[in-house]
Amino acid sequence: MTIDTTPARAKKPGSANANVTEPVLRVEGLEVTYYTDLGRAKALDNVGFTLNSGEKLGMVGESGSGKSTMALAMMRMIKPPGRIEGGKVIVGGTDLMALDELGMRRARLNKIAYIPQGAMNSLNPVMRIGAQMSDAIRSHIKGEARSTVEDRIAKALRSVDLDPGVARMYPHELSGGMKQRVCIAIGILLQPNVIIADEPTSALDVVTQRQVMETINRVQSEINAAVILIGHDMGLMAQAVDKVAVMYAGRLVELATVREMFTDPKHPYSQALISSLPNLDNKGVFQGIPGLAPSLLRLPKGCAFHPRCPHGKGELQSNVRPEPVILPGGRMVTCHLYSEEGHVHEGAK
Amino acid sequence: MSKNLLEIRNVSKVYQRGLLSSKATVALKEYSLTLPEDNPSILTVAGESGSGKTTLAMLLLGFITPTTGEIIYRGKNIQSLEGKDKLAYRHEVQAVFQDPFAVFNPFYTVDHLLTVPIRQFKLAKSGRDARNKMDEALTAVGLRPEDVLGRFPHQLSGGQRQRINVARALLLKPRLLIADEPVSMVDASLRANILESLRNLHRDHGVTIIYITHDLTTAYHVADNIVVLYKGDVVESGDVESVIRNPQHNYTRLLVDSIPWPDLNKKWGEPLKPREIA
Repeated sequence: MTIDTTPARAKKPGSANANVTEPVLRVEGLEVTYYTDLGRAKALDNVGFTLNSGEKLGMVGESGSGKSTMALAMMRMIKPPGRIEGGKVIVGGTDLMALDELGMRRARLNKIAYIPQGAMNSLNPVMRIGAQMSDAIRSHIKGEARSTVEDRIAKALRSVDLDPGVARMYPHELSGGMKQRVCIAIGILLQPNVIIADEPTSALDVVTQRQVMETINRVQSEINAAVILIGHDMGLMAQAVDKVAVMYAGRLVELATVREMFTDPKHPYSQALISSLPNLDNKGVFQGIPGLAPSLLRLPKGCAFHPRCPHGKGELQSNVRPEPVILPGGRMVTCHLYSEEGHVHEGAK
Repeated sequence: MSKNLLEIRNVSKVYQRGLLSSKATVALKEYSLTLPEDNPSILTVAGESGSGKTTLAMLLLGFITPTTGEIIYRGKNIQSLEGKDKLAYRHEVQAVFQDPFAVFNPFYTVDHLLTVPIRQFKLAKSGRDARNKMDEALTAVGLRPEDVLGRFPHQLSGGQRQRINVARALLLKPRLLIADEPVSMVDASLRANILESLRNLHRDHGVTIIYITHDLTTAYHVADNIVVLYKGDVVESGDVESVIRNPQHNYTRLLVDSIPWPDLNKKWGEPLKPREIA
């Protein structure tokens, strides 16, 4: 099931009469299962959303909630024992899941680019930056003159605030933030429609983190791509994204605009995530989320969050799995508090 | 006169690059610090990557020697400690490192990290006593001993592993704990729990903590005092409330401005100017 949150945003003044543009990215019912020795782990369960050009979606959740699996599945880079069991990923009208292997190779970087987690360690230590970048270009565009390729590389490096001379350097000569920016430069070489950045700043200090985020913002507006930002830092999300999706145990539990998410989080897990953030006004108060994230091999019956949920004591929560509900305004939440059967519990909140 | 737990006197650390190169990196510049023994506190050392934070931790743990200056621990220079004194120093000064993945030996179960210090410092009288002590320490950091003991590191999450490190520190009841970015690789939702454990260690056992971080938000929440380093130099220091609420130095202001506050009304200001290229 796919939840379309575009209407809320499309009603901006001025664009009301314009053709409602088709979202550049549409993910429908994506499912991924890992077949391990200990049993089946459903790492992605019926995940769907849409994203427009120029929009930034933040995807948050604990480790093991399926954020990175989600990114890899969209790139069709899930390796055995994992398998994509269903769903569609439609980028600019093409369903990536229906492409053959060669077609998918062409689509990667060209339509959809992926900046992996710990991107700074994904560069080849024995190749110059420029050689790694021209590799990427040459495997997509055959027979381009060397000077044209070099121009492209210089342009990409400049757009991430790096000196084109960086192309002649080796990864070890660069700082962490610079390596991260090189990876962004590789990601935008072919001006893809969708960029997925998996924890692009998690190993960087606050100042560098801010610079990298500003770089992403700028290149995004240059090529008008849709960006998916994966991370676990809600603070960074508040600064950087337009929409926030919260994942828990392989499911999307809430999807809302950043303002709605921070002013009025609906799902108890989102509420806990936001109240666990430190800020200047509550010095010395630490509010962690009690309990541990469940193992995907042994998901609790009913709602996966109910053992940790302050409203999770009822029959319904421990027996019935909640389905996504669309609330007025287009935001989505997967919680019994807001479902038909769960309305009796709403008073409890 | 009260004694000092730790005294750092004009310590510098210079990394020379090669024999012939005249280029040297000054990681820490004439740094001095005094921590009193009778009044345990939490001190934050903040700064960006390359500002000398980790060099300071390594110096304090005695892993590297200062180029100039000396580090005095309870009246004795740590470079010249020998025999019993050295053992006591190793016992009383403990560390929690940034990467919860790297500190474990993958061939041993996680018990190893706890049993070795028990044996080394003869903390327990019997096997049963050792087991009780381990259980107690693990429970104190919010882990269930039966969940973690006997497991291998790869079977545990990053947050669990980091809490075992804190449990190890708890077990040894150190006087000084050096926590080098203990939460930067841990999920945001678990950060609170780990910081809470650290603070309890300070409150209940009178441990002085040097908390090294680039994250001023958590620094603000746990620390009493703060030192801001920039390229090996102290640019600002003082109590955490006044430094973060009212930063004086430009660099501190930049750090405070760059905190990603989870607040839509406190957005980052104007984009930064591209600083360093090359």
